[in-house]
Amino acid sequence: MSDLDRLSLHVPEPAVRPGGEPDFSNVKIPKAGSVPRPEVDVAPEEIRDLAYSIIRVLNRDGEAVGPWAGLLSDDELLAGLRHMMTLRAFDARMLMAQRQGKTSFYMQHLGEEAVSCAFRKALNKGDMNFPTYRQAGLLIADGYPMVEMMNQIFSNESDPLRGRQLPIMYSSKEHGFFTISGNLATQYVQAVGWAMASAIKRDTKIAAAWIGDGSTAESDFHSALVFASTYKAPVILNIVNNQWAISTFQGIARGGSGTFAARGLGFGIPALRVDGNDYLAVYAVAKWAAERARRNLGPTLIEYVTYRVGAHSTSDDPSAYRPKTESEAWPLGDPVLRLKKHLILRGAWSEERHAQAEAEILDEVIQAQKQAEGHGTLHAGGKPSVRDIFEGVYAEMPPHIRRQRQKAGY
Amino acid sequence: MARMTMIEAVRSAMDVSMERDDNVVVFGEDVGYFGGVFRCTQGLQAKYGKTRCFDTPISESGIVGTAIGMAAYGLKPCVEIQFADYMYPAYDQITQEAARIRYRSNGDFTCPIVLRMPTGGGIFGGQTHSQSPEALFTHVCGLKVVVPSNPYDAKGLLIASIEDPDPVMFLEPKRLYNGPFDGHHDRPVIPWSKHDLGEVPEGHYTIPIGKAEVRRRGSAVTVVAYGTMVHVALAAAEETGIDAEVIDLRSLLPLDLDTIVKSVEKTGRCVVVHEATLTSGFGGEVAALVQEHCFYHLEAPVVRVAGWDTPYPHAQEWDYFPGPARVGRALVEVMEA
Ligand SMILES: Cc1ncc(C[n+]2csc(CCOP(=O)(O)OP(=O)(O)O)c2C)c(N)n1
Ligand SMILES: [Mg+2]
Repeated sequence: MSDLDRLSLHVPEPAVRPGGEPDFSNVKIPKAGSVPRPEVDVAPEEIRDLAYSIIRVLNRDGEAVGPWAGLLSDDELLAGLRHMMTLRAFDARMLMAQRQGKTSFYMQHLGEEAVSCAFRKALNKGDMNFPTYRQAGLLIADGYPMVEMMNQIFSNESDPLRGRQLPIMYSSKEHGFFTISGNLATQYVQAVGWAMASAIKRDTKIAAAWIGDGSTAESDFHSALVFASTYKAPVILNIVNNQWAISTFQGIARGGSGTFAARGLGFGIPALRVDGNDYLAVYAVAKWAAERARRNLGPTLIEYVTYRVGAHSTSDDPSAYRPKTESEAWPLGDPVLRLKKHLILRGAWSEERHAQAEAEILDEVIQAQKQAEGHGTLHAGGKPSVRDIFEGVYAEMPPHIRRQRQKAGY
Repeated sequence: MARMTMIEAVRSAMDVSMERDDNVVVFGEDVGYFGGVFRCTQGLQAKYGKTRCFDTPISESGIVGTAIGMAAYGLKPCVEIQFADYMYPAYDQITQEAARIRYRSNGDFTCPIVLRMPTGGGIFGGQTHSQSPEALFTHVCGLKVVVPSNPYDAKGLLIASIEDPDPVMFLEPKRLYNGPFDGHHDRPVIPWSKHDLGEVPEGHYTIPIGKAEVRRRGSAVTVVAYGTMVHVALAAAEETGIDAEVIDLRSLLPLDLDTIVKSVEKTGRCVVVHEATLTSGFGGEVAALVQEHCFYHLEAPVVRVAGWDTPYPHAQEWDYFPGPARVGRALVEVMEA
């Protein structure tokens, strides 16, 4: 023993802290188009490399290149751009509304719009997402009315969830959007169960599980992987690696595994990493995974490499734990600007049309907001009834809750 | 003495404990560099280094499981669960492991850990930032359960908890972090700096776990409360003009039964209040004990005021929270009975 040094505890640290120069030199970014596209029935052990690379389609010049390119038409891409722009405008307005006291809390997607917006387009009607709080693009891209989202955010008299849930914790079975839990990771394994049910019933629907980088540390994440692996469940296991979990950098959850995608390897689950700020790449990889699932080939794990540009939530101030300019140094750029550039290069879009679309979208969002505010905001105007506290705990209200409701005067 | 908020008092308790004992370590989600989402551990990593105060992966079972392992080695972990609502992934480690290690090994191994967790509502946090799970701990044999109601107690009780040889669940009413909230949400919060119990010694002191404190002497009715509801009960007593004796339990387990019994023997009436849901809540335990020990002194049935038996809603927060009006009605009811 005498020749051994004493032990010491390893505690990972991000490369820079406030006051330092942002540094992403450790993020290895392969050239767009350089990662091969395997057949969907490939054996997982043959594509282990994909868990350590980054699939990219859009290059610096805005061209779509390589084997994952060429899946989407001009119209589809224009719709995608519109969804991302809508989500961004929606976020900006709702953040402002929160600051004005119209609601208690908000969480935005800034920089991550491509992930949920493009993913939704790879699913079919009837498929089910088990989202976190940062995938509202799944609703926007599926045409869920913004007014309904705002009614929920304002907890007003038309709130589809009757004031019970924290803002942005939407639910819509019709739009394939499972009710959001505030407890992290719980839903990841539920998605696997939903997918297993679809297989048990010999259905054709698939499920998508969603989780953030930080939350992959929860046990439910690992339970999901083992069940998905064992039963070859028709599920897409999504990890949105936006580099941060509140103040905690992704290295704390990732530990020594190199990438989050690599977590899938030990379970024999094909694992891919993709440029999360590249609408075309997100769509292509999601489509690949969806096809695997639909062909009964089992689960796929996808890590979206992106960056949380904004604060974690309206309760957070990131300047306390990361350099203020870090988002500008993020090497994968802005998903909206990258798709815009590509569409202009394709001849399908222009600066003028973009500016015009921005104005139109802002107007749509403002109109929706006006309509929603007509139904009330958290502290003013129409609100859900106090009765709604007591309804819906059970299918049928038990006597003790009825007594309590009466005691409350309703 | 210094003026401290409850956040500063809790931080000071950890600071004092880490200073005195190298074996005290502090960790949890966002507690290291950033100092916790409520800033309770701010500055501790800078002062004691990142092997004594650090960020963890988001895994409550991991946090509590590793704390138990460290305690088995001989450390004294004081860990943070970001919100009490997030302790459930660790419930197995807490109830099946931490609570029983001493018993099942006949003292061969022990588990001196502290789990700090912000508890209770009043911040529009919805169903996953508002829960009061204390009864899920008091029902488990082997755990101690502490709920302070002010900075002075918070510091003394937290130091006592860290020094305690057994696992302590330390629930910090988040609505009290910055001031003594009495349920009047439409009035500005009085800061702790304007309150006697915001006066906190800078150094080491302890408050024994298991000792209640009478916050208001009275002869008409005994109100048993803890955490935020202590302040609500005091407001209700003032507003109804009913001469209530308000007991702040401070520790639910062990429970200071003597103080409760003495008071109820004097007043003959008892109201128990908590934010947590009614059914199988801690109020049921207190009511049963009062019935067992004070039956012949009681002039009226024991009344409980609690959160409704539903999940904690978002928009209807103030219809859910048992504020001074509801407690006041119970006081009137028990006086008229
Ligand atoms: C079980 C549980 N523990 C802790 C929290 C508190 N919490 C909410 S969001 C969050 C960070 C999650 O980070 P990540 O998974 O990376 O997702 P992101 O916010 O970056 O999208 C934490 C710790 C929670 N909601 N649930
Ligand atoms: Mg994250």
